[in-house]
Amino acid sequence: MTNPTNDTTIITTNIFKLLKENLLTKRMSNRVTELQKEFVYYTSSLFDQGILNDQFNHLQLLQDESNPEFLAEIVNLFFQDTQKLLDDLTKNLEQENVDFLMLDKTLHHIKGSSSSIGAVGVQNACVAFVTCSNEKNIEGCWRCLEEARNAYNVVRSKLDTLLKIEQEIVAAGGSIPKPSVEPDEE
Amino acid sequence: MESCNCIEPQWPHDDLLMKYQYISDFFIALAYFSIPLELIYFVKKSAVFPYRWVLVQFGAFIVLCGATHLINLWTFRIHTKTVEVVMTTAKVLTAAVSCATALMLVHIIPDLLSVKTRELFLKKKAADLDREMGLIRTQEETGRHVRMLTHEIRSTLDRHTILKTTLVELGRTLALEECALWMPTRTGLELQLAYTLRQQNPVGFTVPIQHPVINQVFSSNHAVQISPNCPVARIRPISTKYMPGEVVAVRVPLLHLSNFQINDWPELSTKRYALMVLMLPSDSARQWHVHELELVEVVADQVAVALSHAAILEESMRAQQQLLEQNVALDLARREAETAIRARNDFLAVMNHEMRTPMHAIIALSSLLQETELIPEQRLMVEAILKSSNLLATLINDVLDLSRLEDGSLKLDNGVFNLHTMFREVLNLIKPIASIKKLLITTNLATDVPEFAVGDEKRLMQVLLNVIGNAVKFTKEGSVSVTALVAKAESLRDARTPDFIPLATDDHFYLRVQVKDSGPGINPQDIPKLFTKFAQPQTPANRNSGGSGLGLAICKRFVNLMEGNIWIESEGLGKGCTAIFVVKLGSPERSNGAMVPFASKPLVNHIQSSFGGLKVLIMDENGVSRTVTKGLLMHVGCDVLTVASSEECLLAVSREYRVVFLDLSMPGFDGFEVAVQIRKRFSKRHERPLIVALTGSADRLTRENCVRVGMDGCVLKPISVDKMRSVLSELLERRTVFEPL
Repeated sequence: MTNPTNDTTIITTNIFKLLKENLLTKRMSNRVTELQKEFVYYTSSLFDQGILNDQFNHLQLLQDESNPEFLAEIVNLFFQDTQKLLDDLTKNLEQENVDFLMLDKTLHHIKGSSSSIGAVGVQNACVAFVTCSNEKNIEGCWRCLEEARNAYNVVRSKLDTLLKIEQEIVAAGGSIPKPSVEPDEE
Repeated sequence: MESCNCIEPQWPHDDLLMKYQYISDFFIALAYFSIPLELIYFVKKSAVFPYRWVLVQFGAFIVLCGATHLINLWTFRIHTKTVEVVMTTAKVLTAAVSCATALMLVHIIPDLLSVKTRELFLKKKAADLDREMGLIRTQEETGRHVRMLTHEIRSTLDRHTILKTTLVELGRTLALEECALWMPTRTGLELQLAYTLRQQNPVGFTVPIQHPVINQVFSSNHAVQISPNCPVARIRPISTKYMPGEVVAVRVPLLHLSNFQINDWPELSTKRYALMVLMLPSDSARQWHVHELELVEVVADQVAVALSHAAILEESMRAQQQLLEQNVALDLARREAETAIRARNDFLAVMNHEMRTPMHAIIALSSLLQETELIPEQRLMVEAILKSSNLLATLINDVLDLSRLEDGSLKLDNGVFNLHTMFREVLNLIKPIASIKKLLITTNLATDVPEFAVGDEKRLMQVLLNVIGNAVKFTKEGSVSVTALVAKAESLRDARTPDFIPLATDDHFYLRVQVKDSGPGINPQDIPKLFTKFAQPQTPANRNSGGSGLGLAICKRFVNLMEGNIWIESEGLGKGCTAIFVVKLGSPERSNGAMVPFASKPLVNHIQSSFGGLKVLIMDENGVSRTVTKGLLMHVGCDVLTVASSEECLLAVSREYRVVFLDLSMPGFDGFEVAVQIRKRFSKRHERPLIVALTGSADRLTRENCVRVGMDGCVLKPISVDKMRSVLSELLERRTVFEPL
């Protein structure tokens, strides 16, 4: 016959242990959940503000165990690429004879990059820029360049923040929430 | 004296008188001999002479006479008795022949005379025939004129030309002084002078139609001779020194289209006639001949026919014109409708995404909000937000669904599902609401309802939910009973839908579901309106129940898509209501266990989820875009190599790469050239990697160029994970993937 008090103690201890663990995990998961919620909220706000579009969701989906740093990698690549291209544009416009052909090519490059990543603001700025370039309107080009730069700066700072949140989630042991993407319309 | 038997003439032969006699006798004899010779000669010449023997007799008579005179020559001197005897014989013979001839002539001469009469008779006859010939010729000419006139009249279909030509030709043929046509006015009470031959501008004379002469002319279809003093004939300014020529009038029937009834044709039920008046030249003393009158009648008939043809033509031209206008208007309306439809579709397409995105955001965030810590008031508020947004989302979905249903663009998503489970789920959803309202829900699934069926589960559930939901919504107390059974042919013959006679076969069966409630019922007059969109009968019962009025309309369309029928029966207000629908469901295959999925998508039967290290090559000049596509392909399990230029691509491509993705987004870059080069390098099709173009523009030109250079596919960016999976699957299966534009 087992000692009832022993059993009780064991049971109680176990219960307490479980509770403690639960509490810890709960606290941790709370933290993670909070971070995750912040992540989701932040991302949705970026969509609502028209800074990012659906394409960014697709990119998030591509990040998995085989490719854990995908998003960060892509975002950094985008920053480097676009920064350099914007500088190239500035140099081109500062010339006496503006090389519109080169301008067009550079613009298409930026447009392609931004559309691949889903940076809608930059993409739209590029579209306007292309029109000005086709019209050979240098004044307009400078204005568009300003806008493109602004859009780029905005998206850069936002994505930086997002990446930071992501890093914190990973540090806290959580997983980055995957967005739900609309199934392709028939 | 010697006694000679000589006979002495009475007169001395030297006497002058004797000499004359002698000479005369000689000539007489000569003549007498030559006459028969002449006769013979001429008779021989003529072919026919019936009285030859008469001639012979006559000849003999003459010859003998001649002989007598000839012998007489010898009697002027002293001549012998022989001569005297010969003379006497000759005379006797002559006498005999002459008497015979005389006697014969009595018979002959009447004959000869009658020949003469016959000759006269024949001559008369010939003269008569000549005259008749003349007449016939005239008639023939008239006939020719008529034919020519008819031809002229019928060669045109223009009313005025017809009438003008008639008058001109008639005037010419009959050498008329004046020819006029009087047409009845619109009121039909007067005749108006419409056309004349000589006077170029007919003054608008009118003559009342109720004139005895006119009535006389109208009552017969012959040409009637009328007095020149008749009002219709008084067209020319009358000058007293003229003796007016004779006037003839004839009626010309005017036919309308409505008069063309085959049976009536000879009688002409119409009473509208025009009057044609023809005047012979004055002071010509010409008379109207019968044949001329006949000519006029014939012409009048022809004119009537020609006019009716012209009228038909006018009518048909008018109708054709009308049709053309209508066609143009219809075309315009159609184009407008198409534009409207296109505008609506565009609008819906945009709104679809635009509306759903914020809705999802609201719903997602509100449900997230619900999970955080809230004070009770906040919780209530959040719940209210959630409920409203769910309602709104449903409404949006309904409207979008309905518009897609109407387009016919909605397709059922058929699959195998568990019928019994579906019913259970629906009831589980409804039970809480029913129990709140304290309604009793009973279900009765017949035993022959199969467990599995093939159909669109989601939509069937939607219909069922809607119908049962309506029953529960509108019933305040009592019960709602749901019965489901497999419909047999006889039970399906509903009087309400006599054209719907479903036949069950081995492949499918008809499921009949009946939902009966004890609610307020529906006025039978309102029943047809139930299934129309947005129309809800406004009774106090349902004013507060909400709903968009779309539910039943959508149900009806779904049920119709499932080749079924839905209807509502109610005996009246306060007597409850029964909703019944019948849908066609497929019977799943008898093979045990294997649930064959209904592949409604014709594309691929199943999409691979991982491509097991499929080697692919990506060519893209844009770094970011390249990395994204690489990540995408790695995510679906491919082994990816990326290159940034066409040279690198051509260097790297080899047989081990199954697929090459060429990104066409950069300008001045010729992905097409690369494709051509790759194709050249790999001549055998199975060795060649599949070439797919990635492009951001959806225009036809790009696609055509892809096909032209021989690419195996063209895909539109942006590409999602699922899309990439299906693209690769289709590519590997069919070796081609061209997205519909």
